[in-house]
Amino acid sequence: MSTFVKFTIDGVVCMSEEGRQLVEAAAENGVFIPTLCNYPGIPPKGSCRICTVLLGGRPVTACTTRVAEGMDVQNNIPELEEFRKSVVEILFAEGNHLCPSCEKSGFCELQALAYKYKMTVPEFPYMFPKRDVEAWHPKILKDHNRCILCKRCIRGIRNSEGKPIFDFGKRGDKLVINIDPDTSKNISDELAQKSMDICPVGAILKKEKGFDVPIGKRRYDLAPIGTEVEK
Amino acid sequence: MGNTVNNVIKRYNGDETRLMDILMDIQSELGYLSEWTIDQISKALDIPKVSIEQTVSFYHFFAKEPRGKYTVYLNTSVLAVFCGRDEVAKTFEELAGCKFGSVSKDGLIGLFDTACIGMSDQEPAAIINEEIFTCLTSAKAKELVAGMKAGKTVEELKGKKYGDGQNSNPLVRSMVNSNIMKRGEVVFADYVPGSGIKKAVSMSSNEIIQLVKSSYVRGRGGAGFPTGMKWEVAKKAPGDVKYIFCNADEGEPGTFKDRVILTEFPRLVFEGMAVAGYAVGAKHGILYLRNEYRYLRKYLEDILEQMRNENLLGTFISGKHGFDFNIKIQFGAGAYVCGEESALIESAEGKRGEPRDRPPFPVEKGYLQKPTVVNNVETLCSVVRILINGSEWYNKLGTKESKGTKVISVSGDCRKPGIYEIEWGFTVNDILKMVEASETQAVQVGGPSGSCIGPDEFSRELSYEDLATGGSLIIIGEKRDLLKDVVLNFTEFFRDESCGSCVPCRALSGMSKLIMERIIEGKATEKDVAAFTKWQLIMKKNRCGLGQTALNPIVTTIKNFPELYKNRIKAKDDRFCPAFDLEKAVADFDAATSEAR
Repeated sequence: MSTFVKFTIDGVVCMSEEGRQLVEAAAENGVFIPTLCNYPGIPPKGSCRICTVLLGGRPVTACTTRVAEGMDVQNNIPELEEFRKSVVEILFAEGNHLCPSCEKSGFCELQALAYKYKMTVPEFPYMFPKRDVEAWHPKILKDHNRCILCKRCIRGIRNSEGKPIFDFGKRGDKLVINIDPDTSKNISDELAQKSMDICPVGAILKKEKGFDVPIGKRRYDLAPIGTEVEK
Repeated sequence: MGNTVNNVIKRYNGDETRLMDILMDIQSELGYLSEWTIDQISKALDIPKVSIEQTVSFYHFFAKEPRGKYTVYLNTSVLAVFCGRDEVAKTFEELAGCKFGSVSKDGLIGLFDTACIGMSDQEPAAIINEEIFTCLTSAKAKELVAGMKAGKTVEELKGKKYGDGQNSNPLVRSMVNSNIMKRGEVVFADYVPGSGIKKAVSMSSNEIIQLVKSSYVRGRGGAGFPTGMKWEVAKKAPGDVKYIFCNADEGEPGTFKDRVILTEFPRLVFEGMAVAGYAVGAKHGILYLRNEYRYLRKYLEDILEQMRNENLLGTFISGKHGFDFNIKIQFGAGAYVCGEESALIESAEGKRGEPRDRPPFPVEKGYLQKPTVVNNVETLCSVVRILINGSEWYNKLGTKESKGTKVISVSGDCRKPGIYEIEWGFTVNDILKMVEASETQAVQVGGPSGSCIGPDEFSRELSYEDLATGGSLIIIGEKRDLLKDVVLNFTEFFRDESCGSCVPCRALSGMSKLIMERIIEGKATEKDVAAFTKWQLIMKKNRCGLGQTALNPIVTTIKNFPELYKNRIKAKDDRFCPAFDLEKAVADFDAATSEAR
């Protein structure tokens, strides 16, 4: 039997099962903690850092933190909100993100968070990196310009034999996500769609599909990110 | 070629966690890891090519294309630059007929940059086909290229003049010098081989842990975690299989103490590992040694063999029932971040060196998910001494909160660079005097991830309570351009060595380099400089120590040398962007329209 524990977020008493992921536990209690690299059902990695909260005054990522009795979490405080806005801005300045022409516009979590944090012009220098668009795969288009290297596809996508089809290459500011030519060879349309859906941005696209929801009816047109959680 | 791949994989029983060794062995036979080879490895191990590629492309010393019959890895560190690296590089390029980052047309000579190779007191230094060449000059580079063109072996290129101490041991025969300038009472004192283990077997594992705890010895890699506590947690962690790692992946520019300890006192280190194994209940020891120190391989393996023959390793060590411990060497392949203990473990498991999330800590779930202790080379030496001489003796050395001695690597603008073992509590001034430095502009304490201090702070003391250091001091003379020669170089280092996982580290280290270049060119604004204070707060939220400290070279110099930045700011009005180059921005348009006309 699971044990319920009490903890606080910004002073408000919350309750959840012991050991539950803090992001999920917060959502159950009506508190939104933004995430990008986190995805329900796959092991968290804590790499985008946007879900950083303060636990007893120390920064930790909420996606990799498990709830325990008496935890004192700070979430919606100016220091963290400013940090989160910075992470969004850094990601926009690091890659080449052209929202108006992107198939994921209106469904993109990065774009939605940029609206949430009222990003105008990033205060970080645009790097304008030269990145490739890989179109050799019959079902998937990989646009490295839009990739935020969150590793969701690496962690969450397996082919019918249980083998990964995405993995990291290189390191540092040259980090890239590669597609395996063999394990991705005969993937189903469903898996291609799942790959597109698991991607928080428009870096993985299922070919021959796009712009099929009119502006005004897209996911984040209907409800800004976070409102599905917030009470 | 297919045989090579299969034979090597058989050697490691097809174990994918040995991927680092597999790749290294195959590369040393075939010269590089081609697409075809990677495909073969992928098939033999039954893991996707993209996952093999992930490991291959992460490490600096894995080559996907031929890197020449002679591969020159010339150090790019600040210390190499101080000692005339640029001239040496120019000579290599002119005579080899290719630029750094490429191979000569005939495939004879490959020239490559590489981060600090741990020879900071004898720069510029290079690794050529696994041998170390120190104190290079243009003339020596000329001689080397001529030798390569004449088909000399690397042995012949190296010559017969070997360095001091064990560097001239028949199994090392290297021109590297240990340069031990001051011996202290802990690491570099006289020692009877085997005495640590003999003492250990007369005690229980709990007694050893209590002794180490009462000595207050703390980790010497930089983080300063109490060693006794680490051992205790690992001992209590459930599980029969546990591991002891010795972290010999020192890669912080300016740090070379572990190289000298492993050259001169390797038995002390290995005994320390065995003692740790005895205390924790681990039977397996792994020395994670940076690839740059591969020239020590035969020598260290021979010592391990001797120790096995002397019953100081193996089973029933020193006749003690249940004391079984063995040590193997795991090489890295060129990645500074692998000095972080969880990245080191990932690397030893054959993966990219990406730090793990903690908890769980390695002492609970480490190598292959088993309880694992990772200790620094110097820490393990200290423990053996404490065992022999007692914790009271140890506590008399050092300061109130920093017990014992510290081995520091001193390099840069001074007359006597090298290795100094000092008691904690020496001031920076004391050290500057000892190493005969004069006209010192700044001292980089604890490497690039530490802090850069000016003369008004030279009276501070080295200790955990004041100026903590993992073990290096880089002395920067008045004639140096601190921002260009030092800070920019360190910034590039952190950009190149980031694993890339955390967003702030991956992106801001590259962005910082861009802004630093603007500052140096006089095209930055006051706002650009001020932004670093905010960026530092963002960086503090990275997962590992590398990311959290990557901006330290910039922020500590902004704090301690504000005038250097002020002097470079030419823009009077922050509303304009002096970095914007109008002519360059419209160059494409101008070219296109002038053609059309």
